[in-house]
Amino acid sequence: MKGKVIDVTLDNVVGEVMNMKNDGQRLVSFSTYNAGEGKIGILYHFDKALENTHLRLVADMDKPIPSVSGVYFSALLVENEIRDQWDVKFDGLVLDFNRTLLLDPEVTKVPLANNLKIGPKN
Amino acid sequence: MATTVIPFGPQHPVLPEPVHLTLKVEDEIVKEAIPALGYVHRGLEKLCEIRDFNQMITVCERVCGICSMIHGACYSQSIEELMGIEIPDRAKLLRVIWSELHRMHSHLLWLGLFADAFGFEALFMQFWKIRERIMDINEATAGSRVIVSVNIIGGVRADLSPDQLRWILSELDIVEKEVRELQDTMMNDYTIKTRTVGIGVMTKAQAWELGAAGPTLRGSGVAQDMRQQGYGGYAFLDFEPVVETAGDCWARSTVRFREVLQSADLVRQAISKLPEGELAVKVKGNPPEGEVYHRVEQPRGECMYYIRGNGTKNLDRLRIRTPTFANIPPLLAMLPECELADVPVIVLSIDPCISCTER
Amino acid sequence: MFGSFIKKSRAKSPWIMHFDCGSCNGCDIEVLACLTPLYDVERFGIINVGNPKHADVLLVTGTVNHRNKKVLKNIYDQMPEPKAVIAIGACGLTGGVFREAYNVVGGVDKVIPVDVYVPGCPAKPEAIIDGVVAGLAKFAQKVEEAG
Repeated sequence: MKGKVIDVTLDNVVGEVMNMKNDGQRLVSFSTYNAGEGKIGILYHFDKALENTHLRLVADMDKPIPSVSGVYFSALLVENEIRDQWDVKFDGLVLDFNRTLLLDPEVTKVPLANNLKIGPKN
Repeated sequence: MATTVIPFGPQHPVLPEPVHLTLKVEDEIVKEAIPALGYVHRGLEKLCEIRDFNQMITVCERVCGICSMIHGACYSQSIEELMGIEIPDRAKLLRVIWSELHRMHSHLLWLGLFADAFGFEALFMQFWKIRERIMDINEATAGSRVIVSVNIIGGVRADLSPDQLRWILSELDIVEKEVRELQDTMMNDYTIKTRTVGIGVMTKAQAWELGAAGPTLRGSGVAQDMRQQGYGGYAFLDFEPVVETAGDCWARSTVRFREVLQSADLVRQAISKLPEGELAVKVKGNPPEGEVYHRVEQPRGECMYYIRGNGTKNLDRLRIRTPTFANIPPLLAMLPECELADVPVIVLSIDPCISCTER
Repeated sequence: MFGSFIKKSRAKSPWIMHFDCGSCNGCDIEVLACLTPLYDVERFGIINVGNPKHADVLLVTGTVNHRNKKVLKNIYDQMPEPKAVIAIGACGLTGGVFREAYNVVGGVDKVIPVDVYVPGCPAKPEAIIDGVVAGLAKFAQKVEEAG
């Protein structure tokens, strides 16, 4: 992967993101992936003068993750999207849509976690 | 002062796509805007689990019909990076030609819709009339007017013959001439200026902090364009990002207007430097384990793909961050303290593509 | 006399409304392209309106998902009788390339009755105009039946 990757933990993720902001970095977005054994991997992508930096956080899906939407307001949408797709809670989310940003109550399964298998429809 | 709540969308005459904004209004002044998305959400990132990595090109092209070619190119480039494939130079430049033609048609489409948003229907018709020439080029060279499906992993599947290249160049001259005829109207017309100058202002610092992308960022004076990275064929071309400093709706429309002319120039450069050679390399095997992060410049701004391979023909994870997704927080910052009548103009000024945003 | 005048003008000059359900924009911009100088459906007396209460014919593009099916039903219910519905593009017909995705319900006909199906991914403007003309024949018949 292009760019520098820094590993962070639940305790220092907000502080590291704050450092990035003070350094003048622009938050591009987050990416999420299934890190196995009920864990979610989140990559925070930053950009400054076309140079990429990524913070990697691997956390349990059932514990709340500190929100960085207080540091970067633009993290609000992507954190709500992750809430929709993975059913992960964020602590201190500025505007919490409570899993209704993209999904409606009819969708009871969690799309990107393992309990939904898609296949042909009739 | 009593607060009135006015719903904007999901079905609204100026919006071609469904998005909903809840506007809290005092008198005629908007105080707060809360977005509601999800009307176009399909969940296509999950499709990578049942479609193989070649079939996913078709899906990625349909993330958004307006920038389909660039989505396809971005996905192909990401997979090529993951698999360590170097594609032929001719394929790189052919991708640039179709990408830039796509950018021109997207910007012309937007300029028309923007004119329609402030009620200038004749200008809307003019821009869309010019755009049809580009659609003809797409149809003649790739087989489809909107979804230009030329990308395959390892190169492109269609070629441009010398006759076609000459024809594209002559059509581009006509397009450029016709677009320049509208320049004075778009940039200097009194009525248009009263609707756009000083409306929806975003400063350089705000745009950077809120993570704006593309013409929204460049309209606020930040010279950042992903094409500066020189990915694919852009490494062979001379390129300078288009920047305006005012940060209002006028600046954003002017950036897009100038980019139409710049894209015509890039197509000409690419055609003049087009080498002879193969169109694609043979691809063996599946994407290996690993992850790749790739960014390209779409008509609406920076688009990011994150792909995780696992050694099988299906990908582990495909994550797409599209430009409009990044431009919604800036939009929410622009709307407060604007007049209700200006809301459609401001919403359109970020060039919203909701089907990109929600995937 | 006045009744027959309305009946005639209804079928001769239908007002259409376009609703994007969950399309990738490919079909949408082709629907819009039909209104612009090259294809120009206004020569058939067709005008695009933004208000469902003014519309006779509803053009729907794209797949139906759990959230927009309520909006689609609502818009359809607001249109006055008689009315015709034209589904455009592979997604509007069956769900197209997205049919297996988790938030996709399927084609437009799972929610509202559809009169004409226009295939294509995306449907070409010529096909859309053809579909609208076919829809008008059905619409005229409905006007006749409504009396």
